[in-house]
Amino acid sequence: MAKITFITSDNETITLEGTSGSVMALAVDNGIKGIDGDCGGVCSCATCHVHVAAEDMDKTGSASEIEADMLELDDNVDEFSRLCCQLEISDSIDGIVLKVAK
Amino acid sequence: MSISLIKNKTCIVIGASHAGVNFAFSLRREGWEGDIILYDADPFLPYHRPPLSKAYLTSEDGIDKNLLKSEESYAKEGITLNLGVYVKSMDRKLKHIILGDGSIQSYDKLIIATGARPIMPSIQGLANSNNVFPLRTATDVSNIRSAVKNSANKEVVVIGGGYIGLETAASLKKLGAKVTVLEREERILARVTAPEMSTFFQNLHLENGVDILTSKNVIALESNNEAKIVRCDDGTSYRADLIIIGVGIFVNKELAAAAGLDIENGIKVDETAKTNDEDIYAIGDCTFHYNPHYDRYIRLESVQNAVDQAKVAATSICGKETQYDTVPWFWSDQYDVKLQMVGLSQGYDQVIVRRENNDNKCLSFWYFKGEILLAVDAVNNAKAYVYGTKLIKRGEIINKENLMDCEEDLKIAHLISPIIG
Repeated sequence: MAKITFITSDNETITLEGTSGSVMALAVDNGIKGIDGDCGGVCSCATCHVHVAAEDMDKTGSASEIEADMLELDDNVDEFSRLCCQLEISDSIDGIVLKVAK
Repeated sequence: MSISLIKNKTCIVIGASHAGVNFAFSLRREGWEGDIILYDADPFLPYHRPPLSKAYLTSEDGIDKNLLKSEESYAKEGITLNLGVYVKSMDRKLKHIILGDGSIQSYDKLIIATGARPIMPSIQGLANSNNVFPLRTATDVSNIRSAVKNSANKEVVVIGGGYIGLETAASLKKLGAKVTVLEREERILARVTAPEMSTFFQNLHLENGVDILTSKNVIALESNNEAKIVRCDDGTSYRADLIIIGVGIFVNKELAAAAGLDIENGIKVDETAKTNDEDIYAIGDCTFHYNPHYDRYIRLESVQNAVDQAKVAATSICGKETQYDTVPWFWSDQYDVKLQMVGLSQGYDQVIVRRENNDNKCLSFWYFKGEILLAVDAVNNAKAYVYGTKLIKRGEIINKENLMDCEEDLKIAHLISPIIG
């Protein structure tokens, strides 16, 4: 089980609990604004962009090559950017804070 | 219409797939306070369709693992979902729809998101044969899965070498089937891609043990207790235990046509997804819409179009200025190959093929009309897809010589550096 905190572009803070699946699916199921996941989680649309809190980067790791390429679709990409369809929920990411990209 | 007028109004959506569902949630987000009621003949909670021919087919997951939104999300947003319900007709004068059981539901705004259905070709013996499946719905996939499981020989003939046919062929191969694809044209994907890309995918399937045969016009299907025989007009025939049909779609436009809405190659809508009726919008696969980037009316079969048109319709209904203006994009997964496409290549007069680092599996196809970059197909090359997207949107003039130079890494600055001489 992992607690994951989302901060939306309206500065709303929402903490959700998940046990399995992707962080994107958790966010979509709970209507987190700004995370669409249009492609269903296959790293094809870049509509689930989040910025991981700097101190949580060791928990999430950084983007894979294809993910990093896809992130470039968004001009707001930075070194903390991830597509959260590529983040699997597990104990090891418990407590992370994700800022939803604008 | 201002937001304050939206209370106590009813918005009805016919069709609850990518377009209809995304529309409903967008409408709520945009401020619609009245009822939102979705109808779909499909009995399952709305699900993602692209995985049906890909990862979902090869998994043992139920459709509940593949939902567009959780069941609770609908309740939370006050969206009513009527599943397994067939809409019989609509009356524009009385502003209501009539359901299969004869009951009537009034609307203030009506959204047609009826999508499309697979074409079942008029091949002799096909209509009354068992184990013949299209692939469009969750039910189709569960039927295909059990037919494969219950077949000892697992010989499959796929009729049609488009994306659905090819993805299904790759997935069934993974399930242990022996697969043959029969394509009527001289090459697969003929309608949508350059010959070089057809060749790439033909070879990919061959390497993975799937036979792709082109110029094969299927004319008859014979069944006996043992198996089926698929006959082509060149005298050849192929044995099959089950048959997949992937020869394209018909737009579900009958409801709209019967109600007298403008129809061309789909339900005709303006740049806000509105039909020729002030209170009726149409979104997704069923629409024939204007694309400002390519300056023509088009019809698209894609998730991107469904989702983006849904958002535009929702915004427009809530009284905000908007225009549907996107560069279309698509994807396909076959074996370990990820294909990403952006733009519309129709009308191209030149294709430039790039192969990165001499890697035969990392390719990109750049379609030009004169100096204008129309589209990019990227094979295992997200970078080319992303750069293509940006360059097409910006309308940049590409330095073709630099694009052709595969010794040089793909970089935007290099691709748009001025042409010397």
